[in-house]
Amino acid sequence: MKVHLKIQRFDPEKEARPYWSEHDVDVAETDRVLDALHQVKWFHDGTLTLRRSCAHGICGSDAMRINGKNALACKLLIKDVGKKITVQPLLGLPIIKDLVVDMESFFAKYRSVKPYLVNDDDPGERERLQSPEDRARFDDTTKCILCAACTTSCPAFWANDEYVGPAAIVQSHRFIFDSRDQITDQRLEIMADTMGVWRCRTAFNCLEACPRGIDVTRAINEVKLAVMKGKAR
Amino acid sequence: MAKHHQFDALVVGAGGAGLMAALHASRQVNTAVISKLYPTRSHTGTAQGGIAAPLGNMEPDNWEWYMYDTIKGGDYLVDQDAAEILAKDSIDAIIELEHMGLPFDRTREGKIEQRRFGGHTSNFGEAPVMRSCKAADRTGHMILQTLYQQCIKQNVKFFDEFQVIDLLVQDNVCRGVVTVEILTGEMHVFHAKAVLLAVGGFGRVWQVTSNAHSLTGDGVAICFRRGLPLEDMEFFQFHPTGIYKMGILLSEALRGEGAVFVNDRGERFMERYAPTMKDLASRDVCSRSIYLEVREGRGIGGKDYVHIDARPETINRYQSGPGGKTVTAEHLEAALPDVFEMARVYLGVEPLKQGIPIQPTAHYAMGGIPTDNDGRALADAQGTLVRGLFAAGECACVSVHGANRLGTNSLVDLVVFGRRGGKAMADFCRQADFAPLPANPEAPAVADLDRIRSGTGKEKPGRLRDEMQTVMMQHVGVFREGPSVQQALEALRELKERFQRISIDDKGQKFNTDLYEAWELGCLLDLAEVTAHSALIRTESRGAHWREDFPRRDDANWLKHTFVALKDGSLETTYKPVTITRFEPKERTY
Repeated sequence: MKVHLKIQRFDPEKEARPYWSEHDVDVAETDRVLDALHQVKWFHDGTLTLRRSCAHGICGSDAMRINGKNALACKLLIKDVGKKITVQPLLGLPIIKDLVVDMESFFAKYRSVKPYLVNDDDPGERERLQSPEDRARFDDTTKCILCAACTTSCPAFWANDEYVGPAAIVQSHRFIFDSRDQITDQRLEIMADTMGVWRCRTAFNCLEACPRGIDVTRAINEVKLAVMKGKAR
Repeated sequence: MAKHHQFDALVVGAGGAGLMAALHASRQVNTAVISKLYPTRSHTGTAQGGIAAPLGNMEPDNWEWYMYDTIKGGDYLVDQDAAEILAKDSIDAIIELEHMGLPFDRTREGKIEQRRFGGHTSNFGEAPVMRSCKAADRTGHMILQTLYQQCIKQNVKFFDEFQVIDLLVQDNVCRGVVTVEILTGEMHVFHAKAVLLAVGGFGRVWQVTSNAHSLTGDGVAICFRRGLPLEDMEFFQFHPTGIYKMGILLSEALRGEGAVFVNDRGERFMERYAPTMKDLASRDVCSRSIYLEVREGRGIGGKDYVHIDARPETINRYQSGPGGKTVTAEHLEAALPDVFEMARVYLGVEPLKQGIPIQPTAHYAMGGIPTDNDGRALADAQGTLVRGLFAAGECACVSVHGANRLGTNSLVDLVVFGRRGGKAMADFCRQADFAPLPANPEAPAVADLDRIRSGTGKEKPGRLRDEMQTVMMQHVGVFREGPSVQQALEALRELKERFQRISIDDKGQKFNTDLYEAWELGCLLDLAEVTAHSALIRTESRGAHWREDFPRRDDANWLKHTFVALKDGSLETTYKPVTITRFEPKERTY
């Protein structure tokens, strides 16, 4: 079947501002939007620039705005988006070229929440024990692939790009609620910062945007509650 | 003019092996990691089912059974000293991951939970054993995330989105790498005492593959171009359960949880091919069985695929669940969330109600850059070392996977040999000096890229890639035959010649993925040729390499590793004996 792609383009070496390119390509309805973009890149216009790698929704490279909503191009099928497809880069991060945005500030925020387990006790020779219930407590937020779909769909982030954003809060949640972690106080302090969790106004955009089905809004609210109580459990 | 950097130790690739190596090396010496992707995009993240270790948390298990399974799985082409290291070291490697924070699934007692996986058995092949440690069906994702998290904690230096173009190796001494910063198009020369390549596989040689678009074997190809040998390239694993037509992997954990293969007649056909292990036979055996069913006209609707059936009623009818126990839809949903979601998203199939259409998909390179048991790269089949060059993970060939890798063993390989390589590299750096760089070290890389950028020919990289993938799928796939592989070789040589006449659209400097994709295609073509060449020469059937014209394993002539290197413009083949320590080769049945 034929689909019509309208793609927001920008090449800083050639153009002063973004423009649209339009393409008709042949795809199957079970193809991914990524396949349609590859049709353009490989057989019509090699200058089309995007990031992608695994092509099945795990690596998090190809988050973009498709028909006005954030999604992974490799996890959205043609039959689910229709014959007219508008593709834009993620909103709120500087555009490098076409669909490629500058992810540095996003990863800086990720790093700012100490996204690693801290436990200074001697763990001994075997695994630390953790009950299935304790493990389940943070299961949802371990699914995050750092694609930035949530953060770049968030009106609070659009309004103030200093806001740490939902993805970083999800990462913080993953460790706050891990029974093995020992720096809950530090984590809650980071989240209580003026650019932390209270910037969230519960717009639910993040929840809709997450390609991994993480209940992002719920995770943020659990972090808010933990900050208020001053403890995770 | 290129920018210059100097580090004691340089790791290329930021998947599981690279990050593990970087964590261990950077504790001792000044280390940097170069990756063409952001580290969390690496393909380790897509591994689903689990990582083996004979922890014995569920039932009795020990490293010797695991070692045996690995050797038998590899159809006796495994170097047994390496398999012993893998089996023994797996235990504390998995414990190390847990201590780093990896969220493994847990038993009631709070220990790491384990499940069954293909080819993993108790008591030397008697019955399936629960050996695979897991985090639902996103184990690789959790390994990648956890290792990257620890790298951040440890302040490891990263150069993200840098494409490696050349390896600086001269007189058998590695001196660094030449890279291009994708964002700016600027060349960067990295001068190092030691380089560890952990660049992953090259499944994009084939049309139907589980591999990421970025798995183009760049690091393997640059070694080859510099005259270094590649080992056992004829052995490439086709995983039995790729999503029909798309190749996206559905984890073997499906079968670990009890799912079975079913043909058009509704038969559980693996009972015929592997009476003991059935659907949990090794991957090469399952993939061939699927092809044979299809060839006999028993594919679904007569087409070229079969079903993997994960419906609870099917699993319970065959009592194929773990330990023969009854399974529920809820359990399956919790154990296989991502796999089920993929079936729903990409196929529109409800796995609790319908069979899932699958076909074998090009998945894993058993071969690659030859190394010793500490990741040191070999310059020849006699075992001469390339000073300062290391490799680990899928791009390396230790050889711990032999002719066919067992499920879960890629992840074990990453952490066990990534760690050993990282430590060995650090030890090396502490006693070594910087070997001098050649004059104008970046010149060949610049010329290589300029030739592609300025090409004005009519050939388009996209078309050539399509043709290569089709040729390799048809002639150098699950089944191979001399004349057919020969035909592939000729086609590949013609494609390589046409590759000299390509032109690309994007002539710019900034983020020019048109340029790098074309360059990657050159790497794929080189590796496809070496693969076909190696497959043509090996006139026997072993593990993943099945020759219809030589359908038997031939230990008398072929119990040896293939080494292929570029010498004066043509391919030179030599052989290295297999290390046998504990298990004499015997007939392999499942």
